[in-house]
Amino acid sequence: MSILQITAIGLVAALLIMIVKQQRPDIALIIALAAGSILLIMMLGNIKVIVSTIEDMARKASLDSVYLATVLKVVGIAYIAEFGSQICKDSGEGTIASKIELGGKILVMILALPILTALMEAVLNILP
Amino acid sequence: MNVDLIFKIAAVGILVAVINQVLLKAGREEMAMMTTLTGIVIVLLMVVNLINQLFQSIKSIFKLY
Repeated sequence: MSILQITAIGLVAALLIMIVKQQRPDIALIIALAAGSILLIMMLGNIKVIVSTIEDMARKASLDSVYLATVLKVVGIAYIAEFGSQICKDSGEGTIASKIELGGKILVMILALPILTALMEAVLNILP
Repeated sequence: MNVDLIFKIAAVGILVAVINQVLLKAGREEMAMMTTLTGIVIVLLMVVNLINQLFQSIKSIFKLY
């Protein structure tokens, strides 16, 4: 999936959106949604390779898999939250976009809580 | 990848816009409204599978269950 293909699809979609935007702004938004998800789907193959190599390295370094799983979940949540909030911003709904981002942050914080508590206990054990 | 989906959606959008104008000129506003809604429903049905595929693959890659 070369960068040329990605850029071409993005430009074509932007052009089509401009054409359709005057009469039908709602269908223009749906075109943006479709183009965004197509580009993201094209990228998923590479993301899968990256994630599997990271997991192999973590396994070799005998890292506890809980931490890596949490990091991957956080990245996934960030991806989807950013995708949704950008689409909402495009459609002019700034408030909904910020709510989606707020939801993403809260979910990430919830995922990070066990790690934070483990860190605190480790620190307290070290202190005399 | 199904890149032609973008062209299909744009085609439906333009078609709906044209039909809308024709119906408005013919003085049938309610028909114009109906065609607009059906156009949007068709486009949404096209995009729903794509979004579902995207979210399923992201869920599987990042183990977001």
